[in-house]
Amino acid sequence: MSDTITLSHGSGGIQTNKLINELFFKYFNNPILDMMNDSAQIDIDFKKLAFTTDSFVVNPIFFCGGNIGKLAVCGTVNDLAVSGAKPLYLTSAFIIEEGFSIKKLEEIVKSMAEEANKAGVKIVAGDTKVVEKGNVDGIFINTSGIGSIYENVNINCANAKAGDVVIINGTLGDHGMTIMCERNELGFEGDLKSDCACLNSLVDVMLEAYEGIHVIRDATRGGVAAVLNEISEFSNVTIALEENNLPLKEEVKGAAEMLGLDPLYVANEGKICVFVEEDYAEKVLNSMRKHPLGSEAAIIGKVTEELGNKVYLNTVVGGKRLVDMPSGIQLPRIC
Amino acid sequence: MKFVDEFRNNEYSRKLVEKLNNISKEKINIMEVCGTHTMSIFRYGIRDVLPPNVNLISGPGCPICVTPQSYIDTTLTLSDKEDVIIATFGDMMKVPGKKSSLSKKKSEGADIRIVYSPMDCLEMAVQNPSKKVILLSVGFETTAPMTAVTAMEAKKRNITNLFFFTAHKIVPPVMKALVKDKDLKIDGFLLPGHVSAIIGTKPFEFLSKDYNISGVVTGFEPLDILQGLITLVSLISKKDYKIENEYKRIVKADGNSKAEIYLNKAFNIVDSSWRGIGRIHKSGLEFNNEYEDFDALKHFKINYEEYDGSPGCKCGEILKGKIKPTDCKLFKKLCTPENPVGSCMVSSEGTCAAYYRYYKDIT
Repeated sequence: MSDTITLSHGSGGIQTNKLINELFFKYFNNPILDMMNDSAQIDIDFKKLAFTTDSFVVNPIFFCGGNIGKLAVCGTVNDLAVSGAKPLYLTSAFIIEEGFSIKKLEEIVKSMAEEANKAGVKIVAGDTKVVEKGNVDGIFINTSGIGSIYENVNINCANAKAGDVVIINGTLGDHGMTIMCERNELGFEGDLKSDCACLNSLVDVMLEAYEGIHVIRDATRGGVAAVLNEISEFSNVTIALEENNLPLKEEVKGAAEMLGLDPLYVANEGKICVFVEEDYAEKVLNSMRKHPLGSEAAIIGKVTEELGNKVYLNTVVGGKRLVDMPSGIQLPRIC
Repeated sequence: MKFVDEFRNNEYSRKLVEKLNNISKEKINIMEVCGTHTMSIFRYGIRDVLPPNVNLISGPGCPICVTPQSYIDTTLTLSDKEDVIIATFGDMMKVPGKKSSLSKKKSEGADIRIVYSPMDCLEMAVQNPSKKVILLSVGFETTAPMTAVTAMEAKKRNITNLFFFTAHKIVPPVMKALVKDKDLKIDGFLLPGHVSAIIGTKPFEFLSKDYNISGVVTGFEPLDILQGLITLVSLISKKDYKIENEYKRIVKADGNSKAEIYLNKAFNIVDSSWRGIGRIHKSGLEFNNEYEDFDALKHFKINYEEYDGSPGCKCGEILKGKIKPTDCKLFKKLCTPENPVGSCMVSSEGTCAAYYRYYKDIT
C-alpha cells in the first residue's frame, strides 16, 4: 500500500478494495461485516430500538486523550447509552482528503476498533470517499448506531421533575479545553487531557442501581450549560446549580481563566448529566463512584420548581445568576 | 488553583458581604469602569448580595464597545482587499458593521484569523510572504504595549508585510469626561485592575484631588471585588477622598515602567473618538513617525472618516452609565447576541452582553 491516500483510493476499483481489505477489515472484522454485502444483515430480537447518527470534524485530528476515530465511536455509543439503550451496531463513513497519511488513518481505525471492542459494539457497515486536496480538512468521519432500549427504562429529556437532583460523572470542560489549547498551541503546561470515553458501561451500572432514572444526557458541544438548558426547556422546569460543587480540574480552571471562557460552556466527550429523585440520588451516585468513569461524580444542582424553563447558578458569594443557552461559538477575549 | 480558588472562597466571601452591608446606609453610586469587572460582578451574582443603598453602574471600560462604528466598517473594507489576512482578537468577530461583520466576511471567504496575542502576527507575516497581514489593534493601556512590542520586533526583523489598524485608547481621560458630566452622579470608582497594572494608580489621583471622588483599584475575583467595594464604601462614607490599591499582588503605584517605555517609544497620544461618548482630548494612541510605516490606514491609503452607531442603539448612554441595558427598547427584542445592533451586545465585556447572559430578573 502507498503511504498516502490518493483519489484512486476512493475510485471504487482495486485500490479501494485493497484499502478496505487491508485496513478497515483488518481492524473492524466481524462476521456481519465480513459477509461484504451492500448492507449489514442483522437479527433484531428486541422491541424498542434506539437509532442515532453523528459526524466528526475535529481539528486537531489527534489530541491528548484521543483522536477523531475514538471520538466517532464514543460519541455515537454515548448517544445510544444515554437513551437507555444497549449499543449494538455501528456504521462508519470516512471522507478523506487526498494526500492523507495512511499510517495516520491506520492509527485512527485501530483506535476505533479498540474503543468499539471495549464498548461491546460491532462496526458492521462502512463507506470511504476520497476528495481532492482542500475539500476537507484531513479526515471527516460519520458514525451511525443502533441499540436496544432496556425494558422498564424510560429516559427522556422531558422527564425531569421538581425535586430531582442533578448529578455529573466528573470534571467539566476537559475535552473542549484540551482541543482549544492544542489547536492554538497555547503552550499551557499540565495535565490537560480529553475525557473522550464510551460511557455505556457506566450507564449500565447506574441503571442497575436504579432503573427509574429520569434523564441522562451527554454534555458535549455547548457544555453542561447547553444540555441543562435543553432539559429545562423540554421538561419545563427550573434548575439551580451550586457553583461550589462543580467539579473542575486545576488545568481547566487555569486555561479557562486565561482565555476568559466559562467551563460550564466548554465541550465534554465523556460526561453525562443525570436527573434522579432525591431519594435515589445517593444510590445512583455511589454506583457511579465505583466505576472508573464516575469516580469524581458529584451532585451539582437540583430541579427547584415545576415551570420556569430557566437554569440558575448559586454563586460562591451567595448570589444567583442566569446560566443561559450558549449563543454562537465561544471566542477568546481581548484582554 | 493558586491565586484563583483563594479568591473565590465561599466562607470569606460571605464574611465580606456581611461587612459590606454594615458600613453605611446612605445612597452611594459606584461605577465599575472596566468591562471585565462588569462581567465578574454578573458572573458571581455580586449585585444580589450588595446592600440596597449601594448602586453599581457599569462604565465605558470595554474596548470593543467604545470603538466607533466607522472602525468596524473600515475593517470590513480592508478584509475585501486582495492578498490580505486580517488578524483579530475573537471579540471583534461578531461586532456588527453597517452592512456586515467579520464573522460574515469570513464565511464569504475573506481570510480572517483569530489571534491570542499580537505577537502571533509576526510568524503569520513570515509564513505568508505574498500576503499583507493586518492586525486589528484595539484595546486600552493593557493591550497597547503588546502592539508596540510587536511593531518594534517587526521593525527589528525587517518584516514589511505586517500592518496595524490601531484604535488604542487610554482610560483616565474618559473618566475625566464622565465626572464632568453633570447628568451623572458618581460617588466612587472601582478602578480597572488590568489598566492600573500598566499605568499604576497615580494617573487616577485627579479624581480625589480635583473632584472629591474616591477610587479603589481592585482585581476580578469575587473576594477582590467585595474587598474593593468595602474599602470604597468606607472612604465614601467618611468623605475621605483618595485612591486606594486593593490589588497589590498585581498593581504597583508606579505601574509597569517597561510597558510604559514601549508605549512611549511607538505611540503619540492623540485625540480620539469614543463610540456613543464623542471625541475626547488626548485619549487615544497613534503610531509616531518612527512606526508610521506599520499604519494600515496610511499603507492602504484609506481616507478614514469617523462616524457613530446604529439608529436606536443606546450604547452611548449605557457606556456612560446613564441608562441600563434594560432601559433600551432594542434590548432582547431587536438586539440579541445572534442579531446584535450594537457592539455592547457581543463583546465579551459588553454591559448589554452581561445583562443578557447573566441577569436573572429578565424574562
